[in-house]
Amino acid sequence: MPSDPKHSAQYRLSSLATKTALPRLVLIGVIVLGTAAAFAGVGGWFSPHRLTPTRIINTFEQVDGPHPGFRRNHAKGVCIIGSFAGNGQGEHLSKAEVFRQGAVPVMGRLSLAGGIPDIPDGPKGVRSMALSFRLPDGQEWRTGMVVIPVFPFKNPKAFYEQLAASAPDPATGKPDPEKMKDFAAHNPETLAALKIITSKPFSTGFENASYNGLNAFRFVNAEGVSTPVRWSMVASEPFIAETPDQAASTDKNYLFDALITRLGQGPLTWHLIVTVGQPGDSTKDATLPWPADRQQVDVGTLTIDHAESEAPGNCRDINYDPLVLPAGIEGSDDPLLSARSAAYAQSFKRRAGEDKQPSAVQVVDPAKVP
Amino acid sequence: MKAPMMRTEHQHFSFLSRLLHWLMAILILAMLFIGIGMVASITDYHWLVSIHKPLGILILVLAVIRLVNRLIHPAPPLPSGMPGWQRFAAHASHIVLYALMFALPLLGWGMLSAAHDPIVLYGALHLPPILPPDVGLYAILRKAHTLLAFLLFATVLAHLAAALMHALIFRDGVFPSMASSKRREDSPSAGKLR
Repeated sequence: MPSDPKHSAQYRLSSLATKTALPRLVLIGVIVLGTAAAFAGVGGWFSPHRLTPTRIINTFEQVDGPHPGFRRNHAKGVCIIGSFAGNGQGEHLSKAEVFRQGAVPVMGRLSLAGGIPDIPDGPKGVRSMALSFRLPDGQEWRTGMVVIPVFPFKNPKAFYEQLAASAPDPATGKPDPEKMKDFAAHNPETLAALKIITSKPFSTGFENASYNGLNAFRFVNAEGVSTPVRWSMVASEPFIAETPDQAASTDKNYLFDALITRLGQGPLTWHLIVTVGQPGDSTKDATLPWPADRQQVDVGTLTIDHAESEAPGNCRDINYDPLVLPAGIEGSDDPLLSARSAAYAQSFKRRAGEDKQPSAVQVVDPAKVP
Repeated sequence: MKAPMMRTEHQHFSFLSRLLHWLMAILILAMLFIGIGMVASITDYHWLVSIHKPLGILILVLAVIRLVNRLIHPAPPLPSGMPGWQRFAAHASHIVLYALMFALPLLGWGMLSAAHDPIVLYGALHLPPILPPDVGLYAILRKAHTLLAFLLFATVLAHLAAALMHALIFRDGVFPSMASSKRREDSPSAGKLR
């Protein structure tokens, strides 16, 4: 490339310090820095009070303490492995392959709510079931369900405020009762939901508990008709209320150990019951139960063959994001769904990069016991 | 349409080059803003992520087309009077931009594969994993995705600043070679800013 000295003057720094160039330089600065500032603004750098996934997960860590390698919520759990057999009854509601006749493999997890990975099992611990259905064409359906019949918080803000209020006071080591009272005063829907939740005891174990999806979703069928739904995994084992002797057990894992023993004797089954919403049933507020007379459709059977300790590549390494959905199932307008998705992603991102400790729940292979 | 393109081949970016440049400029800027926005969002997280994934794959496809186009239609030479360090900065930043146009979508696809997450584009349409499930690998790729996204944004800003310098200060025909369909003039004003 031949150099052409007569054109070079315009590129010299001295050419920038002229009356014409200076305002143009300022304009360039404004455009470039303005773009950078807009980027930072969208990223929340100028709004420290914005509720972000980072703040939610930081607060979990404050409340429950640091437990690297574990989920920031539902930290104590065990993997359950089996399959789901659709019976075809759900096909008129959803085109998702999982509802056709035939079985798909399932990798699931039973856990206790809360961020403490070795919390002792107890009568008040909220039990939960997370499932990942692996559809033949590579699609996947993930869902997280809990034993309570409604969710105590109507939106992410209420959830976060209650979580923050439950953080231990540095002076007492316990949550500040004033903060909790204040929260309850401003969130009557939480009190109403807690009244429903505490009206019924939990069952004796994971195996005879039914698990509720709580948030509303939409089923879309082959004709494109969208129907609001909620779903539950209803246990085939008869419900028996937990007794005080169970809680008195010296076994810190009495719920998990009973489950593992039970699975050693044979598979457990649950029925996936879909409740069909009617116009007027709230899809965006999981604190409100739907009327008891809504149509319920049994769309298939979950069979759990065995449990497995959390380990690389099994349920330990799955993010049970409730918005991982196959075609035929869609999220509703419930703001908690996106919030769960965002917070779970943050929790997963953190624990994925941390060293792992063995789970407090260990499944002993009966074949290896002498 | 064809005749003027042929005439200006050595002075001017081809029509397809300009189309790809401006289309991808919009998509990449949108992508960067969606990316930084979604990770700091609660209620907007899900719909932003569901745009982020197919948009990333679209950018990857366009990057392939663009690289092939660039090899067939090389960029017009930089003005001969540009100092060496500016020529170097121009070439180096273009290499970085091209590399990141490929690297970021591939990292995104790779990290979702390592996380064992389905790579959903729309409805039932999804891509196969390109890596085996491995959470440790996911953690590394996830960090790299963020880091390189910041590098891409910084390079885009530098590119924007340099383009505006050529347009408003140097006035040497570099900006019109990408911004306008007219042949680059040997502008009489070039070099005569004073």
